[in-house]
Amino acid sequence: MQLDIVSPDKNIYSGEATAVLFPGVEGSFGVLDNHAPMIATLKKGAIKITKEGNTEEVVEVSGGVVEVLKNKVIVLAE
Amino acid sequence: MGGLKEVKDRITSVQSTIQITSAMKMVSAAKLKRAQDAIIQMRPYAEKLTEILVNVSSTLDTSEGGYSVQREMKNLLIIPIASNRGLCGPFNSNVIKATRALQKKYEGCEITILAAGKKADDAFKGTEENIHGNTLPRNMNNLFNELAFTTVSLQAERIMEAFIQKQFDKVVIIYNQFKNAAVQNVQVEQWLPAVAPEAEEKSTFVSDYIYEPSKSEIVEELIPKSLKTQFYKAFLDSHASEHGARMTAMHKATDNATEMVDDLKLVYNKARQAAITNEILEIVGGAEALND
Repeated sequence: MQLDIVSPDKNIYSGEATAVLFPGVEGSFGVLDNHAPMIATLKKGAIKITKEGNTEEVVEVSGGVVEVLKNKVIVLAE
Repeated sequence: MGGLKEVKDRITSVQSTIQITSAMKMVSAAKLKRAQDAIIQMRPYAEKLTEILVNVSSTLDTSEGGYSVQREMKNLLIIPIASNRGLCGPFNSNVIKATRALQKKYEGCEITILAAGKKADDAFKGTEENIHGNTLPRNMNNLFNELAFTTVSLQAERIMEAFIQKQFDKVVIIYNQFKNAAVQNVQVEQWLPAVAPEAEEKSTFVSDYIYEPSKSEIVEELIPKSLKTQFYKAFLDSHASEHGARMTAMHKATDNATEMVDDLKLVYNKARQAAITNEILEIVGGAEALND
């Protein structure tokens, strides 16, 4: 799925991901391919991105919103 | 003969003016590029945020938090956004003019002015309107030192807090909206109470989202974000406009100065030639007197 993490100042991450782990306000949750449409808010924490070939990347955020729609994940981070 | 030296001095002085104005133009052009990039960078964030907000709140009756409460107009906060530096044409004066016009319009209300940018601050410093409670700074000039979302949104939060505390009933932002390097429009925008984002038709086709936490909690979280984004966008627009306006102003100044140098050179050459002719006449006259 396509993952974009944007903040008002810059584009933090843009690329393909196989799994993403978010620090949701009601506990962390993971998003895999073909996830149902969802809107969730995030608390301060790290977003763990698993890319193809099992490489991982971590992005720190201090809050934000995630929208999952049709294999497109958009994170509005702060 | 006496005019020759003066004209030459003037030419040198105008030429050094050209150097300054054209250098300022170049610097502004580079800064404008960066300011524009910041606006472009901001756009996907702002658009997506509005989209989600519209999406979530369309199915929710507008029972939003305290940011959209319409109260009786008693206390008005005006935030004129100008710049810390001058030499940018009508950029600053337009904002100040619009602020004064708004003051007149709301004459009966208690008006407070919180200026951003030294030029706007200078215009309203010491006036009755500039004195207010200790929760807010007296001006926001330092925001322009390094324009970043974190610092700007911190100020936005403070003002939002003051609005919730009923210190103000309405907050209006006045800034130059950036169209292009030559055109900037002065915008008078109501910031608080929040105006609900316009619902677009296209957002209706997917509404079966999973919401985590509940819709109303998400809306509560999103509205301050959207307000901060709007606030920041006004600053970015103003910043880009400032450099655009300065670039145009300096371009014109350079053109005018170049024209002036051309005119002065003509005057100089004429004077020089007249002096030479005079000298020859004198020599010829002198020689002739000897011959007689």
